[in-house]
Amino acid sequence: MKGLTEIRWHGRGGQGAKTAALLLADVCFSTGAEVQGFPEYGPERMGAPITAYNRISEKPIRVHSNIYDPDYVVVVDETLIEDIDVTAGLKENGAIIINTAKSPEEMRPLLRGYKGRVCTIDARKVSIATLGKYFPNSPMLAATIKVSGLMEEDAFLKEMETSYAHKFATKPEVIKGNMDALKMALEEVRG
Amino acid sequence: MAKQIRERLSGNEAVATAIRQINPDVMAAFPITPSTEIPQFVSSYVANGLIDTEFVPVESEHSAMSATIGASAAGARAMTATSSAGLALMWEELHIASSDRLPIVLALVNRALSGPININADHSDGMGAKDCGWIQLYSEDNQEAYDNMCMAFRISEKVKLPVMVCQDGFITSHAVQNITLNEDQDVKDFVGTYCPEDYLLNAENPMAAGPYSVTQYYMEARRGIAQAMRDSKETIIEVSKEYGEKFGRTYGFFEEYCMDDAEYAIVIMGSAAGAAKDACDKLRAEGKKVGVLKLRVYRPFPAEEIAAALKNVKAIAAMDRAESFSGNSGPMACELKAALFSAKQTPDVLSMIYGLGGRDITVEDMEAIYEDLMKGNFECKEIPYRYVNVRE
Amino acid sequence: MRTDIKKQGLDVKWKDMTTGCAIVHAGGAVDFMTGEWRVDTPKFIEDKCKQCLLCVPVCPDSCIPVVDGKRTDFDFDHCKGCGICAKACPFGAIEMRRGEK
Repeated sequence: MKGLTEIRWHGRGGQGAKTAALLLADVCFSTGAEVQGFPEYGPERMGAPITAYNRISEKPIRVHSNIYDPDYVVVVDETLIEDIDVTAGLKENGAIIINTAKSPEEMRPLLRGYKGRVCTIDARKVSIATLGKYFPNSPMLAATIKVSGLMEEDAFLKEMETSYAHKFATKPEVIKGNMDALKMALEEVRG
Repeated sequence: MAKQIRERLSGNEAVATAIRQINPDVMAAFPITPSTEIPQFVSSYVANGLIDTEFVPVESEHSAMSATIGASAAGARAMTATSSAGLALMWEELHIASSDRLPIVLALVNRALSGPININADHSDGMGAKDCGWIQLYSEDNQEAYDNMCMAFRISEKVKLPVMVCQDGFITSHAVQNITLNEDQDVKDFVGTYCPEDYLLNAENPMAAGPYSVTQYYMEARRGIAQAMRDSKETIIEVSKEYGEKFGRTYGFFEEYCMDDAEYAIVIMGSAAGAAKDACDKLRAEGKKVGVLKLRVYRPFPAEEIAAALKNVKAIAAMDRAESFSGNSGPMACELKAALFSAKQTPDVLSMIYGLGGRDITVEDMEAIYEDLMKGNFECKEIPYRYVNVRE
Repeated sequence: MRTDIKKQGLDVKWKDMTTGCAIVHAGGAVDFMTGEWRVDTPKFIEDKCKQCLLCVPVCPDSCIPVVDGKRTDFDFDHCKGCGICAKACPFGAIEMRRGEK
């Protein structure tokens, strides 16, 4: 892991971008890292654009401001790209990870000239195939781990299994679906 | 040193964890963003049998503080939590808690006061309640909010003044971050058992609390509270030192970051101190003599100690996350200037208002502030203090 | 602790006041002269009194001492001259008199 990795999440209220950011903080915490995960609260309305942030670092994190020059941007809802400058400040040596059925090549022209790495993941397809419903959280989390290399994939899966076992203690039947979603997402990321 | 636990929690989770470890007798609270999670967690701890706190779900913050005062006067270790308008609605009772000299603890999750209505962080609620006879401890992050909560009852019960433990709404209350926790039993041992000498439910020795005080008594009563506030300085340091010896994290009235030879200082409290420290590190790497004085204890105001810490400083940015509409400067800046005047020190002091209603402040903003201090740019337009990141 | 109310008089210094102005121990008013003046003063007319004791419980300041089941004269250290006892008396055994002490 490099010194400090900063991630910005774009989603819509109710889609779980905040939860995904907190899950990412959780799973990186398990590797011994210093972590920070926090949402930026705007209008309280289902579907309103929301932003969440992660800092993952070797050293204790003191800064609490929002992230303006992220290493990675995760877009949980591709319809946001039209309205929001999602690549604003995104480092050229970083990457953007977009939830879409389209390819990175198809997405690049929409990204206002961003020259860095563009990755896509069809979280809907993964989610429907593994969970039977649309929960983009788990696939987006896996894609972010894969693209950022914040932790080894095996360690990630092992940690998530422990986490799900705890989280879904009362409904263990959903653990397998979520694990499958993570594994499939790791394979499905493009770019 | 006591065993420590590596965890990651939000600021609200951290405070709720400390409350669980303390297991107070009574908590009366009414939900308000962004402090809602604290009573929510505590009531779930009660429901799950983790603690035997009497949780009182009241119908307003006025009632929350009233019930807390009643419980405390009755002899219970009592507390509450609130934010913003909730604290404002407690205004009358805040004074009663301190004048009755009740050891109440309030977890304040700082949020802007209306208006215009806003749910995000600033210190206008805490600053509005700075003159109520409450000790105020401000926290930079989840760790400090937790540690301050672990210490609050000890301080409060010794000096018989209520204590507010403050942290910035959302910025730390809803941000998950690494934290080091103490073991449950260690916290219980540190806080100890509350055994008030006199209390309303003592049938052996009935008492009257909060009697009417005619003119002949009122000034003497207030004089007593003032002395208790002044004397609390010793207790705050004593308890903080003991906490540090036991748990390895030692706090004072304030933290001096790179202040030894600093000529330019940012004085600040709360979560934005971290950005100031990062800016300080960058400029120190360039050989600039800059530092940060981060206030933890705002009440009592450690005037002499602050002045001593700023003795060799040429210029200061006194940064307030609250507007007090004095037409003169921010509330903390005002007291800082008074402290320096009494100590016959005359550095340049630039009062700056930042971060109102959740307005972000960055490391770059802090660097620019240091640059202004170093360049001697103290220019203010139309009012004798400055706003950071306001659209002009 | 028990509050010595005699030490909490109008000349009490701030350092000698109780913490939070608390008054610990019930019945402390006995030691505190609150009947220094009154506008109307009750006069106990013993001849008319049947010792029904209806006046005793209505006195807000417990100023009608009862000894061996019989009321005695008023406790003027604490009586404020409210006149409730005179209203309560069915036999005209209490008269309110202006100017008398």
